[in-house]
Amino acid sequence: MSDPTLVRALEHRATTLRKHILTMASGGQQIHIGGSMSIAELMAALFFHFLQVEDGERPRDHFILSKGHTIHTFHACLAELGKIETGEFSTLGQLGTRLAGHPSLKAPLVEFATGSLGHGLSVGIGIALAERLDGSSSRTVVLMGDGELQEGSVWEAALCAPRFGLTNLLAIVDRNGFQASAAVDRILPLDPLEEKWRSFRWNTQVIDGHDMEAVVGALERFPAEEGPTVLIADTVKGKGVPSLEGRARAHFTTLTEDEVNETLTTLEVE
Amino acid sequence: MMLGFEWAFAQGKVLTEMAEKNPDIVLLSQDIGSFRPFSKRFPERFFDVGISEANLIGVAAGLAHAGKLPFVMAMAPFVSMRAFEQLRTDCGYNRNSVKIIAPCSGLEGGYWGPTHHAVEDLALLRMIPGMTVLCPADPAEASRAVRAAAEVDGPVYIRLGYIQPIEGYPEAFEVGRAVVIREGSDVAILATGASVTQAIAAHDLLKGQGISARVLNMHTIKPIDREAIGAAAAEIGPIVTVEEHFVAGGLGGAVAEVLAELGAGRLRRLGLEDQFIVEVASYPDILKLAGLDAPSIAAAARSMLD
Repeated sequence: MSDPTLVRALEHRATTLRKHILTMASGGQQIHIGGSMSIAELMAALFFHFLQVEDGERPRDHFILSKGHTIHTFHACLAELGKIETGEFSTLGQLGTRLAGHPSLKAPLVEFATGSLGHGLSVGIGIALAERLDGSSSRTVVLMGDGELQEGSVWEAALCAPRFGLTNLLAIVDRNGFQASAAVDRILPLDPLEEKWRSFRWNTQVIDGHDMEAVVGALERFPAEEGPTVLIADTVKGKGVPSLEGRARAHFTTLTEDEVNETLTTLEVE
Repeated sequence: MMLGFEWAFAQGKVLTEMAEKNPDIVLLSQDIGSFRPFSKRFPERFFDVGISEANLIGVAAGLAHAGKLPFVMAMAPFVSMRAFEQLRTDCGYNRNSVKIIAPCSGLEGGYWGPTHHAVEDLALLRMIPGMTVLCPADPAEASRAVRAAAEVDGPVYIRLGYIQPIEGYPEAFEVGRAVVIREGSDVAILATGASVTQAIAAHDLLKGQGISARVLNMHTIKPIDREAIGAAAAEIGPIVTVEEHFVAGGLGGAVAEVLAELGAGRLRRLGLEDQFIVEVASYPDILKLAGLDAPSIAAAARSMLD
């Protein structure tokens, strides 16, 4: 049972991240909002509880955002970590900004520039191998989307990590059920996904990715005794934005003023 | 017929020596050998990831990102094409110093056919910002290239073809500096990799015909030695490039770009025209078919003087 105070604080943090993302998606700016909203709880738990983001009491952990188009949640985390000002959100995509549409090495704390899907898990394996060689307690987390799992390179990496017994590697799949143009099930179904990862010899947990207690609990069960771990987090694309939740439009869009206000009201109630 | 893979395997010994001094060196393979004595001496620093090029380069990039110096042994035709995006994005854009040693390049694959001919790797790799592209001409130079790669700040692709020891070859190796391997004044033959051996033989054939050919070993395709190319154009004029590669984009392409910018020289590019080698043949016969054997090179050089 996770500490209820911690869980409440992280829930509040996830709401704040969503509010930041709303800001980024307003004023006519189109962003990959759906997948950014669906990972709010996961990112809040990672960046404000689980990860040592810079060297401190422990050596820094590693975080690779393999579903790079949802960088906006990461930018929101940067603001909450005091690494950027919220005023910088409006510079997104403008000449001279540090905030790009995919992870850019110009932004603080971005370890690896991604954007093309299916790269992150292999990179995470390399980092985890290096940390283990160094005898470090550092952990490596790779966050992927479910549509991303259609890339063959993901499964090359999925075969590889258990082969090297990478207990220090945590993969997270944001299963929001949608990819760019339609539902994953309509384009190229992944089921049975849990069985796939298990058969690839990963310690596999399926959780509700919006249930903070479940997210924190799953992270606390890491590392497993032996071998890498994958969390399949069931989420809702566009979570928190009533007009977007579970719709294909959620992938890449801007929000009207009415949508922003409606969402803010909903978030306040929660 | 024996392929030139032995020179790739021989790098296992070189890397072991290097790894004794540098604890950051790790070696990755993709089911092309266990690279003893490295894997025996440093089992925890040797990773065979199996037949998975994209994963191979991604893993190597991650190792480099976390402070290691990864050397990767991978088949040239597969790693250059299947893992191209990982080479570009994970190594180039993300600036990770991965060192790739790639046997089975050029036409070395011989009768294995076009699936195993790497005749576009120079063009692909040289497009990647920050990538150094080396193509040594003999086994000793291959080892020098491997040692030099460790000192380069950035990713390096070392292309290994069917190279043979070149007698009396100078020992100095400097990345980006072409080597005049035979002096001459009528025509310049700029060759790379295994083609250097053929170019030297062409030099000897031409000599018998009263033609003096300068042979340059272009062991670095990127950064290309503009100075040596400019000197050949200014001092000699006619230039022939020779490579086991499509004439587009590789050595011939790089030299053409330099000459066009200099507004100097005359160029004939030898290599594969816009077609695959579909005839089944041994390596020496394929060189003849492709016009890359010594007599073909000599004929092309002579034609520049007409």
